[in-house]
Amino acid sequence: MTDNAEIDRQIDREYEAGFITDVESSTLPPGLNEDTVRFISKKKGEPEWLLEWRLKAFAAWKEMTPPNWAQVKHPEVDFQDISYFSEPKSMEDRPQSLDEVDPELIATYVKLGIPVHEHAALAGVAVDVVFDSVSLGTTFREKLSESGVIFMPISEAVHKHPELVKKYMGSVVPQRDNFYSALNSAVFSDGSFVYIPKGVRCPMELSTYFRINEENTGQFERTLIIADEGSHVSYLEGCTAPMRDENQLHAAVVELVAMDDAEIKYSTVQNWYPGDSEGKGGIYNFVTKRGIAHTNAKISWTQVETGSAITWKYPSCILKGDNSVGEFYSVALTNNFQEADTGTKMIHLGKNTKSTIISKGISAGKSQNAYRGLVRMGPGAKGARNYTQCDSLLIGDKCGAHTFPYIESKNPSAIVEHEATTSKVSDEQLFLCQQRGIDTEKAVSMIVNGFCKEVFKELPMEFAVEAGKLLEVSLEGSVG
Amino acid sequence: MLTIKDLQASVEDKEILKGLNLDIKPGEIHAIMGPNGAGKSTLGNVLAGREDYEVSGGSAELQGTDLLELDPEERARLGVFLAFQYPVEIPGVSNLEFLKASVDSVRAAQGKEPLDSVSFLKLAREKCKAVDLDQSFLKRGVNEGFSGGEKKRNEIMQMMLLEPKLCILDETDSGLDIDALQVVAKGVNSLRDPNRSFIVVTHYQRLLDYIVPDYVHVLANGKIVKTGGKELALELEEKGYSWLEDGADNGAQ
Repeated sequence: MTDNAEIDRQIDREYEAGFITDVESSTLPPGLNEDTVRFISKKKGEPEWLLEWRLKAFAAWKEMTPPNWAQVKHPEVDFQDISYFSEPKSMEDRPQSLDEVDPELIATYVKLGIPVHEHAALAGVAVDVVFDSVSLGTTFREKLSESGVIFMPISEAVHKHPELVKKYMGSVVPQRDNFYSALNSAVFSDGSFVYIPKGVRCPMELSTYFRINEENTGQFERTLIIADEGSHVSYLEGCTAPMRDENQLHAAVVELVAMDDAEIKYSTVQNWYPGDSEGKGGIYNFVTKRGIAHTNAKISWTQVETGSAITWKYPSCILKGDNSVGEFYSVALTNNFQEADTGTKMIHLGKNTKSTIISKGISAGKSQNAYRGLVRMGPGAKGARNYTQCDSLLIGDKCGAHTFPYIESKNPSAIVEHEATTSKVSDEQLFLCQQRGIDTEKAVSMIVNGFCKEVFKELPMEFAVEAGKLLEVSLEGSVG
Repeated sequence: MLTIKDLQASVEDKEILKGLNLDIKPGEIHAIMGPNGAGKSTLGNVLAGREDYEVSGGSAELQGTDLLELDPEERARLGVFLAFQYPVEIPGVSNLEFLKASVDSVRAAQGKEPLDSVSFLKLAREKCKAVDLDQSFLKRGVNEGFSGGEKKRNEIMQMMLLEPKLCILDETDSGLDIDALQVVAKGVNSLRDPNRSFIVVTHYQRLLDYIVPDYVHVLANGKIVKTGGKELALELEEKGYSWLEDGADNGAQ
C-alpha cells in the first residue's frame, strides 16, 4: 500500500531532550547487594527505621522474579550491571536552595523549558527538580508554606516530617507489592513529598521534573502525596533523559493518599528517551503508581506517555471509601521499536464508588502498544459503576495494538461498561487532507490530536498545549 | 485554464486512461459522462494527484503549470479542488479546525496571512448557510456521522470557502434527493465565474438540468469519444452509451 510507503518515510524522529549535561558526578559502581542499600541510606543520613525498612524490601526482592506477563519483549535486565546511586559532586555540599545549586545543573532544566526560577513564565507552578539520584531543590517553598502546604524532596521529608513519611510510605504500595516496587523500596534515592493540610486548596500547581543524566545509572524515585480531609491538589510530573545506546532503568513508586473529601489530580507527561529508530537504547520504564481514595475522595490520573523503549505502568485507584471516584485518562504513543503495556486498576471496595477509564493508544512504526486494565468490584461495592473506553489508532501496518481488559465483579448491583475501538489513519483520510491543501505531517498530527482530545482536556492548560506539541514531535516522520 | 494532452494512467497496472485530451477555458463548465468503468473518477483522482494512480504518459497543465509534477497538497494550493464521491470521515477533528487548516494553508501559498478565528468562523457560518447545513456541523468531526447528502453539501461548502480555480465534482449527485441536488447546484452556480472552471462528472443528465454545462464529453474506454453541447446529455439519456462505445474502441473491447 502506498500510504505505508508514505508513513515509513516519516518515521524518523528527533528527540529534543537528548543532550548530556557535563558535570562531575559521584556514582556508585554498578552492583546491588545489602551494602548498596546501606550506602544509599547512609548517604542520605537516614534514621535506623528507614534502613530497616529498605533492608526488609531488599530481602523480599531477592526472592522475587521479574513479571513476565506484559506484552513486551526485552533482554533480561542485569541488575548487577546498574549503578544505583549517582549525584553531581556539587550537590555533596548540600546547597540550601536552588540559588546555590551549580548553574550548569540549573541550565539543564532551563534548556528543557522547566520553570526553575520563580519569576519564570510558568510562575504559577512550583517545581521540584530531580537529577539522577538527588533532588536539586524545590521552588516557591515560602509561598506554599503560607497555606501549610509541604512540598519538598522526600529525602528531606524523612528528616523534617518523619511521622508522616513513616505512616504513609508503603501504605498504598507495599514493599513487596511487585518485583519493581520491592527494588524501589530497597534503593529509592529521591523524589517528591507533598502534604496538603485539611481543607486547603493548594494555591498552585505542583510539579516534579525527573532527569536521568549519568550513564549506566538507574533512577528509582519515590513520590508520596498526602491530601488531608477536604483538600485539593493538582500535581504534574515530567521526565527526560539523554540519548544513549544502552538501555537504562527507571523504576519509580508513586503513592497517593486522598483522605475523606479530598481530591488529587496527578498528571504525567512522560518523555524518557525512547531509543533510536533501530530500537537501540532507551529507558525501561517500570513504574508502580497507586492511590487510595477514602470517603467521597477523588483521584484522577492523566498520563501522556510518548517516551521510553519499554513502558510498564498501571496507575491505579483503590476506591476504599464510599462514594469515592477514580479516573484514568491515558494517551500512550509508541513509534519505531517502542513497546508499551499500560493501563490501570480500579479496585472498587466502597459503596457507590465510580470509576472512569479513557485510554487512547497510538501505534506507529514497528511498535507494540497494549492497554491492560483491571476493574474489580468487591463484595461491598454496592451500586458501584465503571465506564471504560479503550481506543487504538494504528499508523502504518507494521505496528500492533492490543487490549487486555480484566473484569471481576463480586457485587451484583455493580455496573461495568467496556467499549473498545481500533481504527487506522487511512490513506483516504490523508488524501482528503492533502486535497484540501494540508500537508501529511500536519494532517497526521491533526488526526492524532483529534483522537486524543478527550484526554488532553484533562491536563492542566499549559501542559495540554505541551502534550499536543510533544505528540507532534514524537510522530515526526511517521507519515511522508 | 486546464489543458490535458494524451493522458494515460493506470491503477494497479490496469490501464484506465488511454490518451485523453481535454481543453477547458476559464469560466467553462464541462460535463463528463460515460459508462461505468470508463475512467471518469480516475480522471479526477489523477488531476488531484492521488498516489494509487500511476501516470504513464501525457500531460496536464493548469494555467501553464505542469500539475503532474506536484504533490497533491501543492495542486490544491494552486487551485485544484476535488469534491469527493465518498467523502471520508476524520473522527475527533472538528470540521471547523479542518477547514481553518485548509484555508490557512491555501492562503499561505498565496502569500496571505491566516484569517483570525473570529473572521474565519463568520465566513464558515455564512458558507454553511449557503448549503443549508446547520452551524452545529462546524463543531462535529469531519464528515463524522454525516448522512450522504450532508457529506456532499459539506464538500460544496469547502469548495465555496477555498474558491478554487478548477473544481472537479466527482459524481456529487450520486445518492442525493432532488432537494439536496438543488442545494448543491445552487452552491456550484454561485461560484460560476469567468476565472473559474468546472469539471462535472456524472452518470445522470438530471444534474445538468441544474448545473448547465457548456460542453458535454463522453468518456468511454479511457478516451473522450464524443463532445457536444448540453443537448448531448439528453441524447445520452435516451440512447445510452453503447452506440458510442462500439464506434470508439475500434474493436479493442
